[in-house]
Amino acid sequence: MADKVLMKGNEAIAEAAIMAGCRHYFGYPITPQTEVAAYMAKRMPKIGGVFLQAESEIAAINMVYGVSSTGHRVMTSSSSPGISLKSEGLSYLAGADLPALVVNVQRGGPGLGGIQPSQSDYFQATKGGGHGDFRMIVLAPASVQEMADLTVKGFDLADEYRMTAMILADGTMGQMMEPVEIPKIEKKEFDKSWAVTGTGMGRKHNIVNSLSLAPAELERQNFERFQRYGRIQEKEAMWEEYRMEDAEYCLVAFGIAARVTKAAIDEARKKGIRAGMIRPITLWPFPEKALAAAAEKCVSFATVELNMGQMIDDVRLAISCKRPVKLIHRAGGIIPSPEEVLRGIENMEGGAEK
Amino acid sequence: MMVFERPHALLDVPLHYCPGCTHGIVHRLVAEVIDELGIEGRTIGVAPVGCAVMAYDYFACDMVEAAHGRAPAVATGLKRADPEHNVVFTYQGDGDLASIGTAETVHAAARNENITIIFINNAIYGMTGGQMAPTSLPGQVTQTSPYGRDVKACGYPVKICEMLSTLDGPEYLERVAVNNVKNVKAAKKAIKKAFENQLAGKGFSLVEVLSACPTNWGMTPEKALEWVQDKMIPYYPLGVYKDRSAKEEAK
Repeated sequence: MADKVLMKGNEAIAEAAIMAGCRHYFGYPITPQTEVAAYMAKRMPKIGGVFLQAESEIAAINMVYGVSSTGHRVMTSSSSPGISLKSEGLSYLAGADLPALVVNVQRGGPGLGGIQPSQSDYFQATKGGGHGDFRMIVLAPASVQEMADLTVKGFDLADEYRMTAMILADGTMGQMMEPVEIPKIEKKEFDKSWAVTGTGMGRKHNIVNSLSLAPAELERQNFERFQRYGRIQEKEAMWEEYRMEDAEYCLVAFGIAARVTKAAIDEARKKGIRAGMIRPITLWPFPEKALAAAAEKCVSFATVELNMGQMIDDVRLAISCKRPVKLIHRAGGIIPSPEEVLRGIENMEGGAEK
Repeated sequence: MMVFERPHALLDVPLHYCPGCTHGIVHRLVAEVIDELGIEGRTIGVAPVGCAVMAYDYFACDMVEAAHGRAPAVATGLKRADPEHNVVFTYQGDGDLASIGTAETVHAAARNENITIIFINNAIYGMTGGQMAPTSLPGQVTQTSPYGRDVKACGYPVKICEMLSTLDGPEYLERVAVNNVKNVKAAKKAIKKAFENQLAGKGFSLVEVLSACPTNWGMTPEKALEWVQDKMIPYYPLGVYKDRSAKEEAK
């Protein structure tokens, strides 16, 4: 087994990206993700890569668009307000079918919000993140190890499906330190015959573009893109089940909220409450099948979220509203304590206190 | 025998530009320069949002269509992806470069990004039907300045070459026009220099081209060229605004 090193989540993302072959990083400083940029600024010049601090988030995502057009792996990272600025670029990346890795280490909002951990960009990440019909693959790490592993996975998925993969982390994930094993990479080959690398006078010119003035052509592209999304929904959903074998109460949580929820479930079990958790690792595609299966045996559901209730909508849809779904949450950058989540579990519909 | 031919770098397709529009002239000049320098096979062009949005269908080299104003940032990525190989140019209008993309323009210049920018200044938004541009002249009547550009309410035109020349970053800034044969020849020379600078690794080179928009100015093509001469050139004087290498050589 390879050696483990103690790293911050943000640094683990940066190192994993380099291991995955990313040699171009563009970013703009914003708390709580600046360590990604700082790490890249140190490492990239040593390995012949490019670190460039852009003049804005808008410029950074468009630099990503430029590098991605040439077929190279490229990334940017930011935190919530900065992701809003990038949303124009995210839409263009989708329209031009370009792969990219984008990291959002979320903080509380809306507006300038705060700098403490949050999950309030769930809607923004999973429902598109810009104008037009499009999706991003959204990966939600719950440990520093997953920050690294899902970064590598994100690059592969982005290349395979020619779209943006987003790491949706939060301030806790970015800042906390844990032992991590930087993943070994199997080098995969992807078709990049669409890239603009110069014609070499040997082929017709390639065009990277999101404009289609003919409605029938634009409609065709949208349908083609959604067929691709359909394959992703079929194949790529990832989740973890915790104590679900005999669970009557199903908690659904991701990221740091899932770690608090695990502790709360252990306490609930001590009290004889058969609680379990489904932790989505991909938020899009959402693990709908796992939820639908749980709805057949659990009496009620609850989401634990660091927002005003966003993933809860997807849980209701996944279980076709067959069971009650309760929201256990804090907002504004506050993480609920295991005791708070335990109280929530005790108050679930059909639960111990009802 | 000399035969007047279409440059290889310009594809044999109908251009969508209006009669009397000077985009066609500037496209041709860029394509001639690409041919003469023998760089078509490693050139990547960036089209803007505006009248030249479909330039990607006209140039034979690889092309990328950028979001409105973001061409210098996209070009930065394209260039940095493979700086030794890729020759990168953007082709942008005044709304794109001097309004919505001002930050991208200024910072690419400040970084002395090794790219070539062809900046078409025709003092109006063409594609959307003739609105006031950042470069519209004081008093100029447009769809969104129907009583003439009132500098008290809308401020003054942005003079890109003058503004960028205050920066230490950029290598080369020149303003040209394409309203007569003499000026077209000078424009070609400037565009060639802007590409040669990139090949020599000298850095950010921008050529501002004063251009005519007869359709949205409401003029005949001939009158429009006169307007460039009589109204635009006095406000936007032609000439070299910065040429770092030439200045250093002179020392």
